[in-house]
Amino acid sequence: MNDHAVAAHDSHDIPHDDHNSPEHIKREIRVYLMVLGALAVLTGVTVFACYGLHLPIHYAVMVALAVASVKGFLVAGFFMHLLSEKKLIYGILILTVVFFAILLWGPAHDIADKFHY
Amino acid sequence: MDAHAVADHGHGHAELEIPFNVHPRPDTGLYNGKLGVWLFLASEVMLFGALFSSLILIRTSAAHWPRGWEELHVIPATVNTFVLILSSVFVVLAWANLRLRNDKVARMYIAATLLCGVAFMFIKGYEYSLSLGHGHFPKTSNFFAIYFTMTGLHGLHVLGGMVVFAYFLGPGWKMLTSERERFINRIEIVGLYWHFVDLVWIFLFPTLYLL
Repeated sequence: MNDHAVAAHDSHDIPHDDHNSPEHIKREIRVYLMVLGALAVLTGVTVFACYGLHLPIHYAVMVALAVASVKGFLVAGFFMHLLSEKKLIYGILILTVVFFAILLWGPAHDIADKFHY
Repeated sequence: MDAHAVADHGHGHAELEIPFNVHPRPDTGLYNGKLGVWLFLASEVMLFGALFSSLILIRTSAAHWPRGWEELHVIPATVNTFVLILSSVFVVLAWANLRLRNDKVARMYIAATLLCGVAFMFIKGYEYSLSLGHGHFPKTSNFFAIYFTMTGLHGLHVLGGMVVFAYFLGPGWKMLTSERERFINRIEIVGLYWHFVDLVWIFLFPTLYLL
């Protein structure tokens, strides 16, 4: 039986493994709502620190990027389920991060040359 | 060709079926759609990464660069941040409720996500109108060129997600009765895309508006 046929066969009978048990899904929903709260608070913190307090640029960069990184971790980790994803996905993302780092390193290197850092 | 990948649907001709679009492949542990979306998202990281890299290069090389809040409208952008975060939660709630077989609730959450997309685009349009009204165009300065390019590209991604959600809410919804698991997987992977769009905004918002 191919995958499509399997789907048609059990389309009305989703197997209730641990991840699909109603209790597990309800726990997931509670986590999603907590993450929503955390993201809302962190957004408020960034806006207040950078826009409300008019922090000097060096401090503003540190605060804004640190908070954005935490928010990014929450979205990727919980909403995109990266905390419990397969190894292949991690492999793809590590490769992406390497190329992304090269992309950022290029300009940084150029700037360092320009200003003789 | 795998004999199982070909099925005759009674029309006298065989149709090629895409394998492993519901259950995981044994070697990857993932269904093909999910792997495909992650590969697509990896390419998207490079696309936006190139623009962030350009922004860093142009900004650090500029003699003068304005603080974002001096030139842009922070309040509507902040509201848009909350709207996108809320829409991300609606997608995961739709997916969770489909798995709980609360189909009506799930559909309501998909509709809510779409509405959030519409709200985001309206607010973004309002913000653009304010900037253009002040005579700020992409040609005005490097700052506005970067601003319109990055937010414009991000807005196109929001629009693309809205089209997909509108499809699932309308004609695509009938798959729920014919191939339930496959439909749930589709919501999961459009959700991955939507969260990525949210993730880009999480970095775009402070970079352009607050720094």
